[in-house]
Amino acid sequence: MGKTIAEKIFDSHLVDNPSGNINVIKLDAVFCHEITTPVAINDLVSRGMDKVFDPTKIKAVIDHVTPAKDSKTAIQGKILRDWARRHDIKDFFDIGNNGVCHAIFPEKGFVRPGYTIIMGDSHTCTHGAFGAFAAGVGTTDLEVGILKGVCAFHYPESMKIEIKGTLPKGVYSKDIILKIIGEIGVNGATNKVIEFSGNIVDEMTMEARMTLCNMAVEAGATCGICSPDETTVEYLWKFIDKEYSSKEDVLSDFKKFTPDTDAVYTDTITIDVNDLVPQLTYGFKPDHVKAVKEMEGEKVDQVYIGSCTNGRIEDLRVAAEILKGHKIDESVRAIVSPATPAIYSQALEEGIIKIFMDAGYCVTNPTCGACLGMSNGVLAEGEVCASTTNRNFNGRMGKGGMVHLMSPATAAASSITGKITNSTLWEN
Amino acid sequence: MKNFSGKALFLDRSDINTDEIIPAKYLTEITKDALKPHLLEDLKMDGFAVEDIKDKNVVFTRENFGCGSSREHAPWAFEVNGINLVIAENYARIFKQNMFNCGMMAVELSKDDIDNIFDTFKGKDTEVVTDFDNKTFVIKSSGDNLELSFSISEYDNELVKADGWVGYANTNY
Ligand code: SF4
Repeated sequence: MGKTIAEKIFDSHLVDNPSGNINVIKLDAVFCHEITTPVAINDLVSRGMDKVFDPTKIKAVIDHVTPAKDSKTAIQGKILRDWARRHDIKDFFDIGNNGVCHAIFPEKGFVRPGYTIIMGDSHTCTHGAFGAFAAGVGTTDLEVGILKGVCAFHYPESMKIEIKGTLPKGVYSKDIILKIIGEIGVNGATNKVIEFSGNIVDEMTMEARMTLCNMAVEAGATCGICSPDETTVEYLWKFIDKEYSSKEDVLSDFKKFTPDTDAVYTDTITIDVNDLVPQLTYGFKPDHVKAVKEMEGEKVDQVYIGSCTNGRIEDLRVAAEILKGHKIDESVRAIVSPATPAIYSQALEEGIIKIFMDAGYCVTNPTCGACLGMSNGVLAEGEVCASTTNRNFNGRMGKGGMVHLMSPATAAASSITGKITNSTLWEN
Repeated sequence: MKNFSGKALFLDRSDINTDEIIPAKYLTEITKDALKPHLLEDLKMDGFAVEDIKDKNVVFTRENFGCGSSREHAPWAFEVNGINLVIAENYARIFKQNMFNCGMMAVELSKDDIDNIFDTFKGKDTEVVTDFDNKTFVIKSSGDNLELSFSISEYDNELVKADGWVGYANTNY
């Protein structure tokens, strides 16, 4: 019987099988940020077990609220910072060098096909784009990961989603994943790994695959995963060119983590994108999804472009293409948060930041910012935000606020009119 | 191993979610102790007042306890209040796992047993004596005495003995 990607990864990382289908697996990386890690650190300290399993495999960043906005967030940052120093964690990214965790860690080359990764953050599934098993976990799991480099999971069941056809102009991976979540629902993939495949995924950039995998958790999945291929090799080559003699060698190595043709899935779903139109969410659950055209003209108060879902360079390029030569409507305020310093610099070099500023956007430093309603763009009661983020839960961006999730193209177009608007890049 | 015996608190409702156990606004706290005064502060339920938590060690409740957000702050908020044992018909999966990961117990009993416990003891000064090795509870109030056996999985049993996943992993890996 063939194996899925997740099964191959589990089988190559098994440490113990304490009972039933519980598998304890070895971790290749443990990612940390300042919101969920401090409690784990404090608990280790109070147990007299303030150690890390391997400082080179731990990567940490202050990203959620940065610069700190009050004493509590300052203390959260300080605990992480002091701990990183104390344990000689070299890959620690603090203000000036920090960016959104799920954007900065892949950008630094910390994710490889076949890796096992945990983080105390639900969107850790993003890293599955590289053919890795990456899962969000609770604080105790994080704590054990830091201390021992292992984590317990149920042996993974996978669901296969094949994305086929020709993607229409002005329609993006964000529209695809919204469409999928709308169809399978917020529990559609609970406790499963979603393995994405099909010609559309093959044609996607790593950035687009990350957007796809990022929202797998919104359908309940433990991880979203894409098969590693030439695109993965190209992305990672600059980090691994010393380890391999050629890109072909890399590819054949990475192929260890592609699924077998006779792998077994709990379900297989095929999505044809030929007729896909831009999508958005309309309610307080990520599966409240409909076509942008069904909501066109609805007033928005704020537009937010950023986050681990869509704050990458290609997202900013698409938005800038739409915004060039335009101003945002007087009735709306617009914010863009490039997800990492490298993305910010690249956007500066390409003149994208200027386009945003000329259009009337506030450009913030790289941070999670408005995404979780803790800083940089909290909504007032009754306000509506057109956002490129991944969660529209009631109160997510501020008490009493409403968030409509959409692609950067739709968000940019909506900022020009102050209303939900399809972008000019999309032709009906 | 934690203490699983003591005075009982009755939460006579199903679907109590983790926001009711500990509201989201306390997620910026960096110590478990800071959660102590806020356990169940948003729980709206007839016959329940936050003062009832004082000196209690065991919670009896009904179905789907701990649903909603996966926050581990929910078991912590119980733990810092001296409550290490919840007894219910069933739980949201992550809450249950979080409890055992913390070396605490989320025990399931049948609907008949739970109904019987609420009928017999709710509103009375009730004490639970847990025999972990033999997997039995003795529930008693003045006049009533009920002995029940329970079961947990072998893996959860080991987690409890090791005082949670940190202890278990520290010994085994
Ligand atoms: S950008 Fe938003 S979803 Fe992503 S890690 Fe930050 S808070 Fe979480």
